[in-house]
Amino acid sequence: MSLIAVSAQGDTPEASVDPRFGRAKGFGLYDPSAQYWSYLSNDAAQAQAQGAGLAAVELLARAKVTVVLSGSIGPKAAVALRAAGIASVEGADGQTVRQAVAAHLEMPQRGDAKS
Amino acid sequence: MIVAIASGKGGTGKTTIATALARIWDGPRVAVDMDVEAPNLHLFLAPSYDGRKRAVLDVPVVLHPEACSGCGACSRLCAFKAIIALGDYPVVFPEMCHGCGGCLEVCRRGVLGAGKRELGEIFWGRAGAADGASPDLRIAGGQLRIGEAMSVPLIRQVRTKANEMLAEHPGDVIIDAPPGTSCPALSAVREVDVLLLVAEPTPFGLHDLGLAVRALASGRVPTGVVVNRAGLGDDCIRAFCHKHDLPILAEIPFRRDIAEACAQGIPLDHMGELRTMMETLARSLRELAEPRVAA
Repeated sequence: MSLIAVSAQGDTPEASVDPRFGRAKGFGLYDPSAQYWSYLSNDAAQAQAQGAGLAAVELLARAKVTVVLSGSIGPKAAVALRAAGIASVEGADGQTVRQAVAAHLEMPQRGDAKS
Repeated sequence: MIVAIASGKGGTGKTTIATALARIWDGPRVAVDMDVEAPNLHLFLAPSYDGRKRAVLDVPVVLHPEACSGCGACSRLCAFKAIIALGDYPVVFPEMCHGCGGCLEVCRRGVLGAGKRELGEIFWGRAGAADGASPDLRIAGGQLRIGEAMSVPLIRQVRTKANEMLAEHPGDVIIDAPPGTSCPALSAVREVDVLLLVAEPTPFGLHDLGLAVRALASGRVPTGVVVNRAGLGDDCIRAFCHKHDLPILAEIPFRRDIAEACAQGIPLDHMGELRTMMETLARSLRELAEPRVAA
């Protein structure tokens, strides 16, 4: 069972990928088995004076996300993602959320072997 | 009595004023440099040091990960995301920790132990009276470790050291506060009897004085203003102080000879009429603080 999260600047799959992870506006979620899109607001993490990336990891862990696509992920968030068992892919910015997910699903799956 | 010299804007002359006040102040006093990110009071007061101490903060470390039940109490308690429970045991980010110790209190299974993060160092000493400073001047300060992001815990330890020095040998306190209006500045002006804000008459100076008044001058603490580089800009600071009922206690003119002397480390009290101005300033501060000190 896999669930893909993409840091997003808006709440639709056509929104641009947010290059930031912790201070992303939100996360587009895609469940490949159900072919279902949803959206998770990141307002709470954005409001953090510090530790926005860590708050975002907690948000994704609670949502049972298995892989996250973003522009760049900070060092502390990367440690937390590993602890939470969430795979991560950087450099996904410069396209829409839908394009990022499509590109990810076309790639040979390594870190996300369970899908 | 405790006087803090602060400003919104940096480079307005806090240390210049603090140095002069510390030197001419009557009676025993401790000059405390709370600008631990860029301490410089010691450069002007040239103390001989009595001691230096490494300053550390207690932070959690994961001692027994196997004992963790994953209850998440530590993570829920931490307001700074310094400890988060995601997998089988918590992950600690010691550089985010403010050292409250709450996570160690709530963990019922002994997963966490006490670790240390180095904050920097604190130092203390006494200034000589050789070059005209009035006797019985001690100094305390701190220097933040390079790479450390949090200055408030170190500022607190500098304050603790100053309090220890006062317990040994009572006196007044003159605090050189860090610039700005965020946590370090707020932490430095805590529990003071009188607040002195240094401002320069420029648009920047006015803007940041406004911020400083809103952030630091609570209305409970008597507050005065020194205009530095008076004549440089316009009358904006005077108008502001009049409107907000803030007394202007001194105006240091914008003059080349003063700037040159300051650049050479010569204190204001060595410059003719400025000595009188600083003595008047010290008296005004005592008068402003009097209702609080007496109470």
